Order: sequence, then C-alpha cells, then structure tokens
Amino acid sequence: MSLWRRLTRGIADLRDRTRRDRDTADEVAHYLEQLAQEGIQRGLAPEQARRAARLALGGETQVREQVGRYGWERGVASFLEDLRYAWRGLRGDPGFSVVAIVTLAVGIGGATAIFSAVHPILFASLPYPDGDRVRAIVETHPDGSRGAATFGMYRGLSEGARSFGALSVFRPWRPTLTGPDHPERLEGQRVSAGYFRVLGVPPSRGRDFTEADDRAGSANVAIVSDALWRARFGADPAVIGRQVTLDDAGFTVIGVMPAGFENLPAAAAVVWTPLKYAITDGRAWGRHLTLVGRLGAGIETDAAVAELNAVGQRVVREQRPPTYDARVAWSAPSLQQELTRDVRPALLAVFAAVGLVLSLACVNVTNMLLARGVRRRAEFALRAALGAARGRLTRQLLTESLLLSGIGGGLGVIVAALSVRGAAALTPAGLPRSEAVGVDGSVLLFALAITTLAGVTFGIVPAAQATGRDRLAIDRGSARIAGGGPRRVRGALVVVQVALALVLLVGSGLLLRSMRRLFAVSPGFVATDLMTMQIQASPLRFAEAGATARFFDEALEAVRRVPGVAAAALTSQLPLSGDRDAYGVHLERPPAQRPDDDREIFRYAVSPAYPAVMGIPLRAGRMLAADDRGDAPPVVLVNESFARRYFPGVDPIGRRLRIGPVDGPLYSVVGVVGDVKQLSLAGGVPDAVYTTTSQWRFEDNVMSLVVRGRTDVASLVPAIRAAVWSVDRDQPVVRVAAMEDLLDASAAERRFVLVLFQLFGAAALVLTAAGIYGMMSGSVAERTREIGLRSAVGASRAQVVGFVLRQGARLTLLGIAIGVGGAVAGSRLLEAMLYDVSRLDLATYAGVAALLAVVSLIACATPAWRAARIDPARTLRV
Amino acid sequence: MPAPSTEVIQGTLDLMILKTLSLQPLHGFGIGRRIEQVSQGVFKVNPGSLLTALQRLERAGLVDAEWRITENSRRARYYALTRKGRRQLRTETTDWRQRAAAVARLLKAEG
Repeated sequence: MSLWRRLTRGIADLRDRTRRDRDTADEVAHYLEQLAQEGIQRGLAPEQARRAARLALGGETQVREQVGRYGWERGVASFLEDLRYAWRGLRGDPGFSVVAIVTLAVGIGGATAIFSAVHPILFASLPYPDGDRVRAIVETHPDGSRGAATFGMYRGLSEGARSFGALSVFRPWRPTLTGPDHPERLEGQRVSAGYFRVLGVPPSRGRDFTEADDRAGSANVAIVSDALWRARFGADPAVIGRQVTLDDAGFTVIGVMPAGFENLPAAAAVVWTPLKYAITDGRAWGRHLTLVGRLGAGIETDAAVAELNAVGQRVVREQRPPTYDARVAWSAPSLQQELTRDVRPALLAVFAAVGLVLSLACVNVTNMLLARGVRRRAEFALRAALGAARGRLTRQLLTESLLLSGIGGGLGVIVAALSVRGAAALTPAGLPRSEAVGVDGSVLLFALAITTLAGVTFGIVPAAQATGRDRLAIDRGSARIAGGGPRRVRGALVVVQVALALVLLVGSGLLLRSMRRLFAVSPGFVATDLMTMQIQASPLRFAEAGATARFFDEALEAVRRVPGVAAAALTSQLPLSGDRDAYGVHLERPPAQRPDDDREIFRYAVSPAYPAVMGIPLRAGRMLAADDRGDAPPVVLVNESFARRYFPGVDPIGRRLRIGPVDGPLYSVVGVVGDVKQLSLAGGVPDAVYTTTSQWRFEDNVMSLVVRGRTDVASLVPAIRAAVWSVDRDQPVVRVAAMEDLLDASAAERRFVLVLFQLFGAAALVLTAAGIYGMMSGSVAERTREIGLRSAVGASRAQVVGFVLRQGARLTLLGIAIGVGGAVAGSRLLEAMLYDVSRLDLATYAGVAALLAVVSLIACATPAWRAARIDPARTLRV
Repeated sequence: MPAPSTEVIQGTLDLMILKTLSLQPLHGFGIGRRIEQVSQGVFKVNPGSLLTALQRLERAGLVDAEWRITENSRRARYYALTRKGRRQLRTETTDWRQRAAAVARLLKAEG
C-alpha cells in the first residue's frame, strides 16, 4: 500500500510541481509563524520575534529546498530537465542533429529489420508446446552424407526407443481434389498416426489419427487445414464426417487443424492422411521418408541419441535390411536446427553484417559528438566554473546521446516496420517461417536494447572527453589549444571505421565474385527457351494397366502439336525444381556378395527424347530410343559422374545394374550422358541414371513436362495447358516455370545475402567517407594556427596538402591493416555461401583496400585544399 | 539550558514523531516543540529534518496529512497517526526498549 502511495504521490507531484512547492512553502511559512508567535508570547516585539524565528529556522529557502528534495520523483524531474536541456541543444545545432539522427536511424532501423527477419527463424522457439523437444531424427553415413528414413527403421525405433514420447514418419502427398468446383492439386502429407502428437498440436475440430486409421486396408480418412476448411468447405462446422474426393478416391474428413497451426515440416501442406504402410511392403525399407519425434519430458538429448543408436544397430543386426549397413549413425537435432540448417549461415552472416553497419553508425556519431564537444568546450568550462559537478555534466551529456539514439531508434523502428515486409519478400523461398516475420514485442525489445546500448556507447567517450579534468579549465581562446587528446581519440575512431568498412566490403566482394562464378557454371543442359510444368494422372482413374502411360503419351503428343513448340519431353523429376528422387543402385555381381555401396543415385524415368530436348550431351554409346519399351530388354543411361565412380577405367557400355530393390530387373548401360545439376547450381554433381518410363517398373503418376519453344516459350503456356486438357480435362497442370527462373531461384539464397551485403557495404562506404571527412576537416580547423605557422616558415602549398593527406593516409592504412585481420577472421561466417572463391581471395582483399584508399583520399581532398588556402598572415595576427 | 542540545539521530526521530502523534494530531512546529519539551531540551529538532521526516512518514502511510486553516487564515498542515502508524509505533517501541536495555546493561558491565 505504501508503495502505491509513494508512486501515486510522486506522480501527482511530478504532474503539478507548483502545488507541491506551494504546499512546502506554506508549511515552512507556518512553522516560521509559530516560531515568531512563541517569541511574541515570551515578550519580544513582533519585528524582533520574526527575526529571531528566521535565525532559529536556519533560512527559509534552505529548509524549503531540503524538504522539496525528498521523493523519488525528484530524480525523474532532474532527468526531465536534462532532457529539455538536451532537446534545446539538439535544436540549436540542427545540422549535427539531423545527420546524427539519420545515421542512427539507418543503423538501428537496419539492425531491427534484419533482427525481425531472422528472429522467428533462428531465435524464437517453434510454435509448438515444448517446441525444443520436437526433434528430427537423422541418419548419417560414415562419409557425412545423410539418408532418408525408412518405414522399417521407424517401426524398429518406435518399438525399442523409450526416450521418445511419439515418433512419426511422413512423406509428401499431392492429391487432386475434385468435386463441384474446378479440380485443384493440393499440397499434403502422408503421415504415420503419431504425427500431430509429435508436434503437440491436435485438431481443433474432430479427432486426430489413431493407430487403427494407419493400418493398411482401413478406411480412407483425412485431416484438413483451417485454410482449406475455409476455402473449400465454407468453414462449415459440419464438415467432420463429410466425404471428399482426392485422387478419385473417397476420403472421410475426420478433423480440422486450428487456425494458427504452422506445419513446419511441410509449410504448404493443407491436407493429411495416414501413411498406411506395413512392414511386409516392398517399400518398407525404401529410403524416402522423413522421421520426427517428440523427446520425452526430462530426457537428455545425449541419452536419447545413445538409445536411438543402440536400438537402430540392433534392428540392422537382427533384421538385416537391404538398405542399411552397420555404419549408419543416428542423431536427434531439434526440428528448428534441422529446418534452418541450410539458411542459418546466410542469416547469421547478414545479421553480423548489419551489426557492423550499426557499429559504424555509432562510431560516426561518436566522432560527431567529439567534434561537437570541442565546439562546446567553453560552455562546459563555464558550467563547471559555476559549480556543476563533473558527474552532473557527464549525466547531462549521456542524456543528450540517449536522446539522440532514442529519436534515431524511434525512426529506425518505423523504418524497420516499413521495410520488413520488403525484406521478407526478398528472402529466398525456402526460408522457413517467413510468414512469421514482423515487428513484434521481442523485436521492439531488441530495438530498445540496441538503442540504449548505442546511446551509452557513443555517449560515453565524448562525455569522458568533454568533462575530463583538464578540459574544464577555461581555455584562453580554445582555438589556440591543440586539443591533442580528442584528436587522438577521433583518429582512432577513423581507424575503426575504415577497419569495419573493410570487413563488410570484403564480404560483399567475396559474395559478388561467388555469384559471378556460380552463374558461369553450366547446369548441364540448355536453360534458355525452356518451359517446365508438372502434370499428373490420378492413380484411380487410370488404374487400368497402361492407362497412365497412355495418358502421358497422348498428352505429350498433343503438346508437341502445339504451334511454336519445337520439342517436348517428360521426366519423372526436374533439375533445380526441388525434386529429389533417389534410389540405391546395385551393380550386377555374384548374389552372395552384399552390396557394399548404397549411395543415393538420382533416378529419372523419361520419355526417350528427354536428354535431347534438355540439351544434355551424349558422351558415349547411344541415347534412349522409342523402341526401348516394356517388352524390350531394359536399358539405362548413366551420367559421367556415375561412370567415373562405378566403372573407373572400364567401358561402362554393356554393364548391367539394378535400380532400387536388390531383386529388381537388370538394366544394361547403353550410353553415357553429361552431368546435370539436380539439387542446386552450387551442389556437387550427383550420380544419375535415366530409363524410359515404359521400362521403369513402377508408374510415376506425376511427371514434369519440358517444352522447348521456337519463339517466346512463355507465351505458349495457355496453348500447352489446353493441349493437356484436351486429353483429360480433370488433370491439373501446376508448377509452371521457365527453366531460367528455376536457375535463378537456385541461387536465391546467395542473391539475398549478396543484395543485403551490397546495401550494407554501400552504407559503410558512405559512413566511412563522412567519418574521414569530418575528422580531417575538424583537424584542419583546429590546427589552423599550426598550419599557418608552417606556411609562414616556408612550407609550400604542396607541402601543406601533403601534410594533411599524409595524416589521412596514415589512419586509413592502419584501418586497412586492422580490417584485413578482421576480414580474415570474419569471412569464416561466409564460407558456406562462397562458391569457387577462397575466403582469403587476394584479388577481393586488394580491390577493397584500394577502393577504401581512394575513398579516403577523396574525403581528405577538400580539407587538404582548405588547409592549403590558409593565409598565414591572418592566422598569426591573433 | 543546562545540557547541550543534541541533534536527533535518524530513525529515532521517526519514533519520536509517531509517539508524539499518538496522543493527538499536530502540525510540524507543534511536534518539534513537544519533542523538545518532553526531552527537556536534550533533543533539538531541526525544522528541515522534521518536515522531511513527516513527508517520508506520510509517503509510507504511517501518518495522514490534512490542511487546516488557522485563526489568522493561514494554511497549516496537521498530521495524524494512521492504523498502520500505530502498529509501527508499537513494534518500534518494543524494539527500542530492548536495544536501550541492552546498551544500558553493557555500559553497566563496563563501568
């Protein structure tokens, strides 16, 4: 209660200081009157009594001040006074204030915007209960490569590993939803029953999947997202139990996920259905699933990983699955780590870069404050002489710098709020949680923290400088004093600026060179005038043997007949599109011998013309031909990388191999084709095999169409789509993209980092130039007399110019030297994003150093010229 | 005055104010005079300290303040003990007696 009283009284007194002053004055006056009254009663004359009373009281004003000082709000009031004074000071020097505030707004705004972009991805916990317990379970091979999970191992681990409350495997599912509306291909997932229990988010309507739903042969059920529920079912609460048609099969909707649910393992998914695998399935040990788990409460990661490995090894020993050997190891990183594995280096690098920009901004403002401090030396000396304590002056100066950073930070947050959507739009498409990017409480807290930190950082040095004991002595004509102290500090700051800028610019330079190299890389095919899209045949409608193949054949024929189309082909997976369809390959060998190499090989089932349409060159043997049908002997093309690895020094033509299961048919190698970048331009070349669709033993019901146009191929898209629909109008055509755009997208992450680094680098260059210029012109102004003296004793103009330039050059070179050290250390952060460029690339370092030297020279030129024009006669007359 | 006046020790001043107010509400001057009279001039009360102490006690909720108009129509601030102040006075009195007794015993033993 008394705390409340203290607070409310304090605030009331703050709001109405005059009332409090009046009260105190009245009380003291009453006291005085009583004292005097007492004197009169003792027999003194009224006048005498009053004088005696004043003496006894010990000064009315002093008592009033003593009483008035009581209360916490006095501190606030004096802070407000400081603030008012600081505000007047800033308004009185608008040039300085505007530049300082804009510099800070850019620094703080940039840092805040980047923080708000990286925060939900790198720092905020996942939007699940106990989000850090949601783990990805990853299998790693001895060579560091990772393998996809298998259903068999999921079953083995579920039965044996007690550390996890729930485990689940899933794979993508892209069913076509048909009904009264147009057909729509949905993004979805086939999941084992525990999926939503692993994430810890149950459906908000209806029920979750049960083990019974997940058994082969049980009824088809589906859970839909809130978005799909609203878009396709009109948010009808009676949707539970409704039948929907997915891929021409009936599914019962059993649940709707909550509105805010973020499905991070597959962000685009809007529909889920049970996996329904059985351990007896041929695909039970196929590596094509993803495994996640929820770590049990109170269980350490180390213990869980140890258990996973023990159980996993036991499964491998006892069941001898064909796709495992004894050397596989398991780990359980958090889902967050796993999701951000690829983007983390890029985001950290960008975050570090914006930190450098903020530091530069702070250094610049420090420098400006120092210069201002020199101008205000007389003012401080006067205030000190009038009795202002040193601490009081320091506090005043810190208030000023905090006010500056506060205004800059406020503007910065506005800048960040405006630019953050733009920043999010610039982020690569693969960035997880990009929709969560925005200015929220933690972002504001971050902004407040860096604003305060910045204010104190750039305020403390100038404050110490300005109030240093010797500074407070009143100078006779401050221009006469050389002021070596602050100049040394300012010189050091310029060195710091040059060093920071160099680190940033080296980063941008390295990224720029990587980008150039990357775009010079051939993807292994001709990307120009190539249009791609995905078509599919729903498995039920085309259940009849050969119907799917017939649909694809007819669709391809129809597309080829479209005027303007030069050539077209189908492929089961498309390079650089995010497709990743890999199989194990086993060379023909005596049956007793266990396959010793189970690398993942990209498998393409294609129409025979595919390599030709793509422009993939033939290196040996022959291409696939129309005759390589289901009834002909199976043949396969391998790529050069495959040939090198599996047939070193021998002719691969005529060799035989199995793809996928060890009991599958043997394919004869008939040709070797050039390597193609499947996953990304920068990714190493993976091994690949190509078969015709008719000789592949499973039917792919989703195929990518590649079309080469005679003219502008993009304009052909409507005609191509119409051609596909002329065969079957219920089959969706999706993922329409020009190959060149896919190529660009493959470098999107690097481009994102590069664009930001270039932006930051440019800002750094401007700030540094401004810093050097400010320092040098300040120095020339302060040393007018010295320079005048030099001229008077015979220094030529050239010598004076040289004298100034030398001073600038010394600082710049020192900064460059320190910066190179920093860049050598800091470029480690960038290493993951460099392509074919060493992080210690000499040309980049030399180029950046030269650039900074030139900029510094230009920044020094004006002050040097001004120095040369100093008239010795005028400066020495004083 | 025979004995030299002593500045009141911080803390004891609060106790003395509370004790004085436990008899009746008073203004600042009245409190100071009463303390001086009862202590027979041993304690001399500094007006600034006294008024500041009253502010402190008021903020702490131990006393309430009230403006009254005096006969010659001046504003005077009267202070009265609150329920909380009365409790505080009891505990502080007990506390003080214990300390004083202990100090007295100590001095006797030394003597």
